[in-house]
Amino acid sequence: MSRGKVGRIPIAGAVLCLAVAASPALAQDHEEYDPADIVYGRTVYERECTICHAADGAGVGGVDLRNGPLRRATSDRRLGMVITNGIPDTGMVAISLDAAELAGVIAYVRNMNYDEENVELGDAVRGKAVFDGAGNCLQCHRRDGEGARSGIDLTSIGARRAAGALRRTLLDPTGTMRPIDRPVRLVTADGTTVTGRRLNEDTFSVQIVDEMGRLLSFEKADLQELEVARESPMPVYGDRLDPEALADLLAYLVSLKG
Amino acid sequence: MMRQSKTTRWFVLAAVLVGLGVAGLSAQVPYERLRDAAQTPQDWLTYSGTYSSQRYSELDQVTPDNVNDLQLQWAYQTPVMGPWQASPIVVDGIMYLTQRPNDIVALDARSGRVFWIYEYPTPAEHTACCGSNNRGVAILDDKLFMGTLDGHLVAVDARTGVELWNVEVAESRLGYSLTLAPLVVKDLVIVGTAGGERGIRGYISARDADTGEEVWRFWTIPEPGEPGHETWEPCPPNPTTYCDPEAWMHGGASVWLTGSYDPELNLTYWGIGNPGPDFYREQRPGDNLYSDSVVALDVDTGELAWYFQFTPDDPYDYDSVQIPVLADIERNGVLFKVMLWANRNGFYYVLDRSTGRFLTGTPFVSVNWAEGLDDSGRPVETPQPFGEPTYPGIQGGTNWYSPSFSPRTNLMYIPAWENYGTVFIGEAQEYEVGGSFVGGRPTTYTAVPDAPTVPGLTRGPINTWTDESARGTVMAVDALTGERQWSFEMTDVISSGILTTASDLLFTGARSGYFQALDARTGDLLWRVNLGGQLVNGPMTYELNGKQYLAVIAGSTLSTFALRED
Repeated sequence: MSRGKVGRIPIAGAVLCLAVAASPALAQDHEEYDPADIVYGRTVYERECTICHAADGAGVGGVDLRNGPLRRATSDRRLGMVITNGIPDTGMVAISLDAAELAGVIAYVRNMNYDEENVELGDAVRGKAVFDGAGNCLQCHRRDGEGARSGIDLTSIGARRAAGALRRTLLDPTGTMRPIDRPVRLVTADGTTVTGRRLNEDTFSVQIVDEMGRLLSFEKADLQELEVARESPMPVYGDRLDPEALADLLAYLVSLKG
Repeated sequence: MMRQSKTTRWFVLAAVLVGLGVAGLSAQVPYERLRDAAQTPQDWLTYSGTYSSQRYSELDQVTPDNVNDLQLQWAYQTPVMGPWQASPIVVDGIMYLTQRPNDIVALDARSGRVFWIYEYPTPAEHTACCGSNNRGVAILDDKLFMGTLDGHLVAVDARTGVELWNVEVAESRLGYSLTLAPLVVKDLVIVGTAGGERGIRGYISARDADTGEEVWRFWTIPEPGEPGHETWEPCPPNPTTYCDPEAWMHGGASVWLTGSYDPELNLTYWGIGNPGPDFYREQRPGDNLYSDSVVALDVDTGELAWYFQFTPDDPYDYDSVQIPVLADIERNGVLFKVMLWANRNGFYYVLDRSTGRFLTGTPFVSVNWAEGLDDSGRPVETPQPFGEPTYPGIQGGTNWYSPSFSPRTNLMYIPAWENYGTVFIGEAQEYEVGGSFVGGRPTTYTAVPDAPTVPGLTRGPINTWTDESARGTVMAVDALTGERQWSFEMTDVISSGILTTASDLLFTGARSGYFQALDARTGDLLWRVNLGGQLVNGPMTYELNGKQYLAVIAGSTLSTFALRED
């Protein structure tokens, strides 16, 4: 993996090379995708697909085009069949595309997880040392069954977040913290204070994981207090790490595929 | 095409005979019964309950005092996945509903046991833009009517499930489909064509209930020489903007929810969808009548009596297909015969339904695409700078989910999305037959980079977009002024319709899966149950053997509730 500026497609290739070893079902040479196909495919996607699947690929419940897995589309040929024929008895209708549009939209869907912006990736091996050392990431996060539980589990973060999104999080944790992940502090009817991270919420209840890793669910009507913090407890790593270490850490995070 | 055994047929016949009582085997639901549906609240005879489409019932057995005694009576599960937007009808103890993609199910409204299922063989290549939706059936005499995803209208024998006739209303190849529940008036079956994202030219078609033959057709985009055609202004030829002198022929203006009918005025009212391409209005300059309008048609001839356009030259996909709610409201000694309309564009309108005259209009959610309405009801537009969010977003301040009006409270109840914006980007697009024709893309606005946005049509079990993208609110507004009286705010967005009853109960739900009862006068929560799947349709009610039932679809399950008997 080279240092310095790398564009979207080389990152895609590099990342997927890492993924191949762990997940043979996904083995494909993503470097085969023509960048022009991806760019064109995005326009097709936005025209045909966003109305249901949304721009982020997660518009249909239970289907995450950006992060997968796509059980019915384990190969590009199968993905093409799903698009062309639809899935009977579901909301997935058959979409009539010409060959160029189909190739484009497949290329785009397979590359949705990669940012358009140029992201500087460093050395993942050195990045692991940063992760375990200066970054002190396991103080809050978990990886492969070790570490703390107050932050999200990073074991497969590289499969779930784009490199650009991870970089933005390292530089601006509060501004990029996903709303659902916000820290929660609540006081129960008997006066007990509970803190944790939000996992789900509806009008009447909230579900959290506390710092012990316990899954807890509360009826809002039973609580004396419920606070959802907007400030992330995560440090701003742009202040803590030099650019080289930051790029290394980013490369390591991108390599975490679960 | 259907499946049933001979034994089943006998059972159907026996059950129908019992259910019919004195009605006899012929003319099970004559027109007069539909017209007077408000007087027989034990039944639910049309998509919205009655021709006035108030989704209000005179049933009052379930009250604010006993609503906590509601108990599950039975459930029916569809084997077909996908948002289930259908609303059932109930006739003499038989429930008829549709399930994806184009089945009609007849079942015992007391037990949920199925009598028969009619399966329309929908071609796999249909082009409906937004999933295999079908929103229900209509009934006349002994016939059920259903539109299909490939643009057909079928009539089915309500007793046997056998198909009686099948006609093509619109060509699927051109992007047309039928997803609404038909409206039956007199001896006509009235449907409208969906396909607003497929470059159709929409129309409303009235068909002879006995044969399916077309009696009249109202094109929702006037052709050259007709009044209104001038609102599709000539577009100077330009190879990069795809300006097309015949843009009106592909201008959308679809119809995908059921209209209303006023027997005294003999007018039927229909909401019309967005112009196409959706987001790029430079390709179709002008007001684009009758897109985003309500039209009032003579039900016998289809002639236009009046129209009112909510969003001229719309680049935001603000379909105006919401259910036209008709109400007679007396205030200060004056009787107002009005049409109430919470529009997808974020404004709440009151129109004189005799003339179409604009009476009042006021925002019911945050609106920034217009700073207000002028004296004629026309919006004073304030387009947002490129890249900035427009409020309300693409799903609108409200959408297909039925509102409700209670003549007891004189309040209009609106399922609304608040704090919800979209960044619209319009791009020129060449029309291709039957293909997607939207002209750009919408991106739901969220204040947090990379945060999931609220899904447009469906959701999973985790509310990942909490707080930032949108919030659902059940709101009650004064029907004549639009002034908000109370709000019931939800963490999740709402895609559920609203039902009100004569005991001042309001039933609705949320995408989170809750089915809940509110006090219609105060908005206080009185009862709720988690049904585990999103509600994307309207609850309804009926009575059988002295027991009031509430029926609601959540996820893949239709559940009914009634008071426990102990």
